[in-house]
Amino acid sequence: MVWYYEKKLQYPVKVSTCNPMLAKYLIEQYGGADGELAAALRYMNQRYTLPDKVVGLLTDIATEELSHLEMIATMIYKLTKDATPEQLKAAGLADHYVNHDKALFYQNASGVPFTASYIQAKGDPIADLYEDIAAEEKARATYQWIIDLSDDPDLNDSLKFLREREIVHSLRFREAVEILKEERNTKKFF
Amino acid sequence: MFTQYKYWYPYVSPHDPCPPIKIKSYSTPPQLYIAFQPIGLPQFPTAKEALMHGTLWPQLYSPYPNPQKRNEKS
Repeated sequence: MVWYYEKKLQYPVKVSTCNPMLAKYLIEQYGGADGELAAALRYMNQRYTLPDKVVGLLTDIATEELSHLEMIATMIYKLTKDATPEQLKAAGLADHYVNHDKALFYQNASGVPFTASYIQAKGDPIADLYEDIAAEEKARATYQWIIDLSDDPDLNDSLKFLREREIVHSLRFREAVEILKEERNTKKFF
Repeated sequence: MFTQYKYWYPYVSPHDPCPPIKIKSYSTPPQLYIAFQPIGLPQFPTAKEALMHGTLWPQLYSPYPNPQKRNEKS
């Protein structure tokens, strides 16, 4: 697999209000258990041992998750790059500043660093795809709660786009399960 | 057709410390009801509309927050 990098975001990211506290919440989708990094790594790794009918789907979705990761990174960067230490402190980011200055870091909203135990590869295709469906629903819910906390209309526009992508990905994983069940077009009565 | 939000009514105690939220809701987006996307589903008329909605197909679109939000989350 070779990736070609296109230097633009999948969907525009605009942040209209100076509210570094939103960066603290957005980090959940950066390095949290149901965040975009976890999603990308989970699918990129699981795809090796899945039946070849659905490998391409996991490659595509994993790649899209990386583009979402870049959107989240852009949001966090825009919200923090011009903040003073005082402003970061007021936003609850003093501990982040002590450890990382304004650098981004793979951690969740509570500052817990990313860990591989957030993701799983069981080797059983149904178990792995069901985990992927659950991961998409959890990421969708996380976007909902961030939108609820955010009052920035432009940021929320991008977050609503990302939430919708979780829905589409969930449907695609559900379709992958149906493909592997192989009983889709047979008229069966149980 | 299905509805994109479901409602429920949690128990309210006369001794609750905070003003009760009488109706609670949760999101039930289209992927729960489609299972396998049929071929030839109608698409948004323009690429821009599709981008803005985050999907090519209106039937996969899920609004958030709930446009018909009732008196929940106070």
